[in-house]
Amino acid sequence: MPALSLHPSYVFSLRSEPLLPDAPSRLLPSVFIFFTRTSRPLRVSTREPDFTEEYRNGVVNGRVAGAGTPGREDPLPEGLRRESMPRHVAVIMDGNRRWARARGMPVGSGYEAGLRSLRRVVELCCRWGIRVLTVFAFSSDNWVRPKVGFLFLFVRDIRVSLIGDSTKLPKALQELIESVEETTKNNSRLHLVVAVSYSGQYDIVQACQSIALKVKDGHIEPEDINESLIEKELQTNIARLSHPDLLIRTSGELRLSNFFLWQLAYTELFFVESHWPDFGEPDFIEALRCFRQRHRRYGGQDP
Amino acid sequence: MGEDRFFGSSLTILRRFLFRILAVGPIPNHIAFIMDGNRRYAKKQNLEQGTGHEAGFPALMSMLKYCYELGVKFITVYAFSIDNFKRRPEEVQHVMDLMLEKIEGLLKEESIVNQYGVRVYFVGNLKLLNEPVRVAAEKAMLATANNTNTVLLICVAYTSSDEIVHSIQYSCQEKWDEMQASKVNGACNGEICKQEKECCVLKLVDLEKHMYMGVASDPDILIRSSGEMRLSNFLLWQSANCLLYSPSALWPEIGLRHLVWAVLNFQRNHSYLEKKKKQL
Repeated sequence: MPALSLHPSYVFSLRSEPLLPDAPSRLLPSVFIFFTRTSRPLRVSTREPDFTEEYRNGVVNGRVAGAGTPGREDPLPEGLRRESMPRHVAVIMDGNRRWARARGMPVGSGYEAGLRSLRRVVELCCRWGIRVLTVFAFSSDNWVRPKVGFLFLFVRDIRVSLIGDSTKLPKALQELIESVEETTKNNSRLHLVVAVSYSGQYDIVQACQSIALKVKDGHIEPEDINESLIEKELQTNIARLSHPDLLIRTSGELRLSNFFLWQLAYTELFFVESHWPDFGEPDFIEALRCFRQRHRRYGGQDP
Repeated sequence: MGEDRFFGSSLTILRRFLFRILAVGPIPNHIAFIMDGNRRYAKKQNLEQGTGHEAGFPALMSMLKYCYELGVKFITVYAFSIDNFKRRPEEVQHVMDLMLEKIEGLLKEESIVNQYGVRVYFVGNLKLLNEPVRVAAEKAMLATANNTNTVLLICVAYTSSDEIVHSIQYSCQEKWDEMQASKVNGACNGEICKQEKECCVLKLVDLEKHMYMGVASDPDILIRSSGEMRLSNFLLWQSANCLLYSPSALWPEIGLRHLVWAVLNFQRNHSYLEKKKKQL
């Protein structure tokens, strides 16, 4: 079995379909690793990519040039305005298993369908100029789930980061994640933050523990502790915009499930009945339209 | 007049009957309210600017009455956020005067506090309040300290981030004092050792102990009126797993049907949540 490598000329794929309708299907490097509770990678295959010469030349410094140039944004759908678009969207991708069960399919199919949904949303964020997308795969509370899926995209100038507790993942996967983070750290079109085994309360506790150590070592006094000090210690500090403007949760569950507590102080929350695999462009547009209509006062005067 | 009284009594009987039926299922232990929409209500009804909050007070009293009749033990209301100090000074002063009036009203014989045996807490950074309001709040907390039936937590000069900052400041101070004390009595000789590491590490229980809201369990339902669905820096820590409900009614328009709907939703999800808690 070949070593998992991030050299762009290797393609690991279970499925290759174009993200962009106008991109030829073979121009799609994507890494999809899907593994079971036994932590055994499921059919990771490697093959030499079927790239054209010009595409091969387009791979520079780990960045793959997509059909659009970085920074170019498509016109927005009707009803949306650029000045009222959220800059950071967070998503709780709930309902993959229920979606599969409702169709009499195995749970694995639910996760695959969920990943397709994620790719759609990532693509839409790139098109519409959303800067940061945080996705909640599962929290430390949900570790009992038998299967987890990861999707790493390094097309379209996307930076990928992981927050949460990756120590329970297989060593090879941890190394792969670190490698992807390092390779994509200079990408700037979209910052995709994947929350794995992330707990909002634990994030606050670990931030407080770091601060407490600084107090103990005499670097700061307890009176100096303030909100921005805590912000700097949270795991979400890796993103320039760490507070989501909009949070979307699918599957009709009206709760936060210990995801992003501190960061959601002024976030608009949007709950959708459909399960995550069914969440598509119309649902996303609806969420963005609702966001546009919300009157965000931050406790102050009416505008 | 007689007819009104008869109608009122019939409604009360019907309501109590409805609550009896609801009580067959699990009843939430703690409900939190964000009372949003008072100013919009005043505008909508063409009332004088600033009088929306007065219109919201009867709605609050009704919701408290319904919740206590239903058997809810803890109720938390977001009365005034630290962010609200950014509003026009006249509006802030008006709200402070209203709060002072209502706090004094709470201590009267016929008030809801005595009717339902409510213990009142004022939760937040009370040092930011003006002196009359702060003194009245402390007096109310003292006067109701022996009540044990139900609890009302009124969040004033409160934000969740301020609560967490305050909690960590106090926790650090406490740990620091403990460390100094153990150095003095020889239990810890100041060098790095296993005991020191253990006693100096801040834990989740330390933080929760020092939260303003540490006197109550986490809310089961958080209701925000006026259809806006956001937390506005309210109970961020405590709402990790609670049901969020946002009826479109403005706060002065909120009624029994909204409470019933929230409780029914809570009951629908309750068994699933209990199963999840057992799994952890």
